[in-house]
Amino acid sequence: MEATIEVAGLRKRFGPAVALDGMSFTVLPGQVTGFVGPNGAGKSTTMRVILGLDAADEGTALIGGQPYATLRHPLNHVGALLDAAALQPSRSARNHLLWLAHSQGLTGRRADELLTLTGLETVAKRKAGGYSLGMRQRLGIAAALLGDPPVLMMDEPFNGMDPEGIAWMRSFLRQLASEGRAVLVSSHLMSELQDTADHLVVVGRGRVIADKSVADLIAAASGDRVELRTAAPAEAMTVLAHAGGTVAAVAADLLTVSGLSSTRIVAALTAGHVPFSEVSAHRASLEEAYMELTRESVEFHAGASS
Amino acid sequence: MSITTPFRSELSPGRDGFRQLLHAEWTKFRTVRGWIIGLVIGLVVMAGLGLFTAGSVSSSCQASGGGPVRSGAACGLGFALGPAGDPVSDSFYFVRQPLTGNGTITVRLTSMTGLLPPATPPANQPSNGPLDTRPGVEPWAKAGIIIKSSLTDGSPYAAMMVAADHGVRMQWNYTGDTSGLPGAVGPQNPRWLRLTRSGDVITGYDSADGTHWTEVGAVTLSGLPRVVQVGLFAASPVDLQSQYCSGYCNGPGGPTQATGVFDHVSAPGGAWTGGYVGAGYASGVGSYHPAGGGFSVTGSGDIAPIPPGHGGEADSAITVSEYLLGTFAGLIALGVVAALFITAEYRRSLIRVTFAASPRRGRVLAAKAVVVAAVSFVVGAVAAAFAVLAGTAITHARGYYSAPVSGATELKVIIGTGLFAAVAAAGALAVGAITRRGAAAVAIVIVALAVPVFLAISRAVPAGAGDWLLRVTPAAGISLQQAYPRYQQVASTVYTPLNGYYPLSWWAGLLVLCAWTAAMLGVAAYLLRRRDA
Repeated sequence: MEATIEVAGLRKRFGPAVALDGMSFTVLPGQVTGFVGPNGAGKSTTMRVILGLDAADEGTALIGGQPYATLRHPLNHVGALLDAAALQPSRSARNHLLWLAHSQGLTGRRADELLTLTGLETVAKRKAGGYSLGMRQRLGIAAALLGDPPVLMMDEPFNGMDPEGIAWMRSFLRQLASEGRAVLVSSHLMSELQDTADHLVVVGRGRVIADKSVADLIAAASGDRVELRTAAPAEAMTVLAHAGGTVAAVAADLLTVSGLSSTRIVAALTAGHVPFSEVSAHRASLEEAYMELTRESVEFHAGASS
Repeated sequence: MSITTPFRSELSPGRDGFRQLLHAEWTKFRTVRGWIIGLVIGLVVMAGLGLFTAGSVSSSCQASGGGPVRSGAACGLGFALGPAGDPVSDSFYFVRQPLTGNGTITVRLTSMTGLLPPATPPANQPSNGPLDTRPGVEPWAKAGIIIKSSLTDGSPYAAMMVAADHGVRMQWNYTGDTSGLPGAVGPQNPRWLRLTRSGDVITGYDSADGTHWTEVGAVTLSGLPRVVQVGLFAASPVDLQSQYCSGYCNGPGGPTQATGVFDHVSAPGGAWTGGYVGAGYASGVGSYHPAGGGFSVTGSGDIAPIPPGHGGEADSAITVSEYLLGTFAGLIALGVVAALFITAEYRRSLIRVTFAASPRRGRVLAAKAVVVAAVSFVVGAVAAAFAVLAGTAITHARGYYSAPVSGATELKVIIGTGLFAAVAAAGALAVGAITRRGAAAVAIVIVALAVPVFLAISRAVPAGAGDWLLRVTPAAGISLQQAYPRYQQVASTVYTPLNGYYPLSWWAGLLVLCAWTAAMLGVAAYLLRRRDA
């Protein structure tokens, strides 16, 4: 089976509220796909629909071409962490993994392997109700990996993790993707995905706003702007405007220029005897790109509904 | 984009059949300590309440002429025990002669008359005064012939008789009852009756004309002595329809009497002797005198089993239903655990993990139902076994009388309690799946199971309504616990749910309970599939 998630045209309402409004995207193997959007954008609902837990009013969600509900021993195909708090608090971590293992015809040995892998072996016999959120996230990941699935799906796995845990999670997700698995990770904070995701599906109000590789997304948000550091911003603005550029002041000694390549900027400044200390291509942060995208989506909706 | 090697798991996939699902649900169940504690509480309550009753029942009595108040075992039983050790009525007027070895007795019964107490209590009637009676025959008044091993109360016998409203019957050893010629007896339609002894086997015949005989039955009374008593008898049980009671009956009803007129008496021996067998209270109305080549025999009393229960003739007998008193409290504990087995998953959204691992939700429900039913069966059966066996032992140790049941009945009650608990728990699970909330599910289970029984037993509703509650609600399953038969040939006031007599047979009760559980499981499965998890 191919390790993909294909979501096409999902629509779902909860009463009057539209949760999914034509959600469509594909998650490919071998990379970490970030699933980003503000709270309420439909990320969790989409994941529940993919797992067959919620029924969509319209549209399809397929795992390797098959609806989830038709999979045999589904945990061998898809591992999911939806809610780290979904535990019986009085059951120990090992027993939690044990019943899951038994449901797939696996043994307690597999459960023990995952406790070791996620660093929970020393606390495995403690009641899961006493776990910190970070420990519960690890247990949830252990459960998701129980069947060694080619497709992984995690809803906000960084929540409640300390910096050390976040670093562990990032490298863990990258490693899973490098093994050829399809990894879909949702987050409402783009920064969490900055150095983790290869590809991003940005959503807002139940639909996809952008579906691009991280490199493309940043390039698009950066535009062709050039950053210029100079001790004489007024002169520089005059010279560059004259040369055909659009100039904006960002700080006392910092300008951004668009419409001119850095070569032409340097030439114009030199010709006008304007001193400068640095010329560099502007590179937007992922966060910036994301803010821009979601702002547009919010504005679009606000305009459409008025 | 770099070319990625497709992921291949090295984990060999397991099977995901129903067995794996059962294993998973069983693992889930046994790994929550609170649920195991709930089962233990159910077990202790179920077995313990009855044992407490067995250990604490006491009775006191005083001789009718005064004297010291005695209590418990010192009171004696107040009833005879039959050959099987169970309570029996054995009082009748007996016109008898000894029979040595084999032989036959034949009679013709030409009429049966009797007296009943007044239909309404007479005003200002002194309680010990003479009976103010009216003519009439009690429906189960009996007159006929009998072969009895001795004159001791409760000794083995076999008899051919006419029962006033129930035709010719052969009865033996109190509980045995077979019907012969139907219809009432009278001068125009006399009944010929015959009993033949051959070793331990006694055969009964009837005939309408004394020429054409039909065998009604043949019974073996093992250990019958060489010399037995044969003769004519008359008996008439207490009338429960009348509210009149004069001195020697407690509860509603009053004494009756019956007179049978016999001729064509043919018996091997010589002289006849008349007298009462059993309780002396009715001796005032017994008599016999020759009448036209035969006898007219008048008697009161009954030869029949006594159904155990409070307010009846075997009031001092402690019954199996008393040992099983804790059933409903225990069932509530089991029902709570069964409902929580699914509502706890909803409460924590764990149900999503469950359904992601096993997308076929109906099968998940089935696996959960099997698990709760199996553990509840074990708890119910173990609790019932302990309650009945230990309860009987405690009662005996304290010198009280435990109304006996056969080993087969014990087994039926034990297995029955297990089945009751199992099916009820599966129903509670289904209710939990429907409500998705523990408190609501528990409230529904209590209302469906325990409230009907409480209403029926406490007589908070009229007896008829109480019987209907035990017919149509899931509480009908309690019929599985009925330990003593309801004898059609014995009218009694003890046939009530309080005494462990229920309106449905065990299988009908089980069927009603199963129908409820199946319906709840059906609704639950439908909703599980239809609702978002």
